[in-house]
Amino acid sequence: MGMEDVSGRPRMKPGTSRSPLGWARRNLFSGVGNTVLTLVSVYILWMVIPPLLDFTIFSAVWTGTTREACLVPDAGACWPFVWANIDQFIYGRYPPSEIWRVNIVFALGIATIVPMLIPAAPAKRFNLIFLLVVYPLIALVLLAGDRPGLPPVPTSEWGGLLVTLVVAVTGIVVSLPLGIVLALGRRSSMPAIRMLSIVFIEFWRGVPLITVLFMASVMLPLFLPEGLNPDNLLRCLVGVALFSSAYMAEVVRGGLQAIPAGQYEAARAVGLGYWQAMIGVVLPQALRHVIPGIVNTFIGLFKDTTLVLIVGIFDLLGQVRAQLSDPNWTVPQGALTGYIFAALVFWVFCFGMSQYSNFMERRLNTGHER
Amino acid sequence: MSADNAAPKKMSVSDKTMIEMSGVHKWFGDFHVLKDINLTVKEGERIVIAGPSGSGKSTLIRCINHLEPHDEGRIVIDGIELTEDLKRIDEVRREVGMVFQQFNLFPHMTVLENCTLAPLWVRKMPEADARDLAMKFLERVRIPEQAGKYPGQLSGGQQQRVAIARALCMNPKIMLFDEPTSALDPEMIKEVLDVMVELAREGMTMLCVTHEMGFAREVANRVVFMDEGEIIEEAPPEEFFSAPKNARTKEFLAQILAH
Ligand SMILES: Nc1ncnc2c1ncn2[C@@H]1O[C@H](COP(=O)(O)OP(=O)(O)OP(=O)(O)O)[C@@H](O)[C@H]1O
Ligand SMILES: [Mg+2]
Repeated sequence: MGMEDVSGRPRMKPGTSRSPLGWARRNLFSGVGNTVLTLVSVYILWMVIPPLLDFTIFSAVWTGTTREACLVPDAGACWPFVWANIDQFIYGRYPPSEIWRVNIVFALGIATIVPMLIPAAPAKRFNLIFLLVVYPLIALVLLAGDRPGLPPVPTSEWGGLLVTLVVAVTGIVVSLPLGIVLALGRRSSMPAIRMLSIVFIEFWRGVPLITVLFMASVMLPLFLPEGLNPDNLLRCLVGVALFSSAYMAEVVRGGLQAIPAGQYEAARAVGLGYWQAMIGVVLPQALRHVIPGIVNTFIGLFKDTTLVLIVGIFDLLGQVRAQLSDPNWTVPQGALTGYIFAALVFWVFCFGMSQYSNFMERRLNTGHER
Repeated sequence: MSADNAAPKKMSVSDKTMIEMSGVHKWFGDFHVLKDINLTVKEGERIVIAGPSGSGKSTLIRCINHLEPHDEGRIVIDGIELTEDLKRIDEVRREVGMVFQQFNLFPHMTVLENCTLAPLWVRKMPEADARDLAMKFLERVRIPEQAGKYPGQLSGGQQQRVAIARALCMNPKIMLFDEPTSALDPEMIKEVLDVMVELAREGMTMLCVTHEMGFAREVANRVVFMDEGEIIEEAPPEEFFSAPKNARTKEFLAQILAH
């Protein structure tokens, strides 16, 4: 793709020793400045890592069924608190007898998304249609219920990781296509479409997400006619999706700008229409350029889902906080334990996305192309 | 390029008008790029367009497939008048192939995919047919063995030949060339010109912006000389090179031939 390897990964010269000592000398102690940096880094790590490991692992309480288990002197993390509340963390206040429905949605989601992410897996087009059309419908029916055999579960009872994933996945799935359309609109030769796109993008980019959520949840019902009162979670989903679409649009526009006009012209000259030229020629190249930016936006979005707490929706973090006030589990180290657990879950998802983006970039950059 | 002197002009020209431009004007903002262009091209004719940089040569041929819209006058391609009507523009583009100075191959597709894209998506051809068609034209431009490679793996001359094959895959009636050899290293110019000469021999209607005067001598029916957005002179190559009428033409020829 004409991009140099800027990963900065040191490349071994042929013949240099691969021993750890040789590596350390070359990379960590190659000069005075480098040596000082290395020593400072080691000092910082020494200050942070051992206490963290001690708290989360060595001094942690791993077993027990009540808070008393964690009330020992000098105890670290109180993991029984997490075990005892794991259902709330994952499902919120979803009725325990109906949790199987959420589990099916999770399992089906994994079974749909994983093959989508594996380049070699077959039937990508079918997979994509299933993911974008069929799966959301199935998920909606199962989660919300109110069908024969499926008692209704109002969204006010959804919570924890379930809500985090619902908000994040909806945001991701809506923001990419909508962002692409907005980016194309902003570069359109038709003034009306261009203006609309610019106004839309700049409006949503100019407002903090908290304001968007607050408006969606509190203000919107005041303007809407009586009786028309969309679900609180749904309003937040729309708000998050539109908000992240605006960001996505600007990332995609950056990619579009990197593609020479000649590509579009050549596509039109062989007879392709506007959308064919975009879908077949311009976008595949443009999106490739901005994979890091796209994934960055996804990661930002994933973490921003925690803001739904402001309008009374309990995502994973909100649910962890809620359980902290559970009198059965008031222990001094409870808050820290809960936050570490939440952080770990968020980290796993965000790190996964980041690693996947690296993998795709490397794959797309191998061999061929200018 | 060595002229096969045998019968350079034996290529047939019919009476049918393929391109008709009359009173065409175009502005970029305040800048008047094309001034009252009148040009008629018959089926099978080969026109070479020459002129100094910035004289509007590219703009002229880009008007023919509506990559640039014209502001005044009429452009009629094979009986279809170019207006803002999108359907007609599509129709015209299906009949007109274009080759660019910078090749403009699609770097994310293989050579074969570059060639089959339009037949598949525009002509809705079955995949096997599109592939056969593409291979036929890749053979014509003498690089069938590169079909599986990506454009970035080819030399400039090879890329330009792929670009020609890609345009031919839509079976165009007219081919437009915008300085097809000026981005090439000297040793690759010939392989591209050879393909173009062959195409001319087969009777393709061609409009070619180029400063390859050898090519003009060998295949052109007429050389059109442009300066500052106007057609200054239009003549068969022998006449154009040996007895240019206009002072600006003479000056231009003196400059090019000095190289
Ligand atoms: N999109 C555009 N907007 C504004 N001016 C333009 C545009 N495209 C071309 N021009 C101007 O129009 C004039 C004619 O351009 P054109 O590309 O047709 O010239 P040319 O004869 O092909 O020159 P060259 O030999 O350098 O390719 C030039 O002065 C150029 O700067
Ligand atoms: Mg030009």
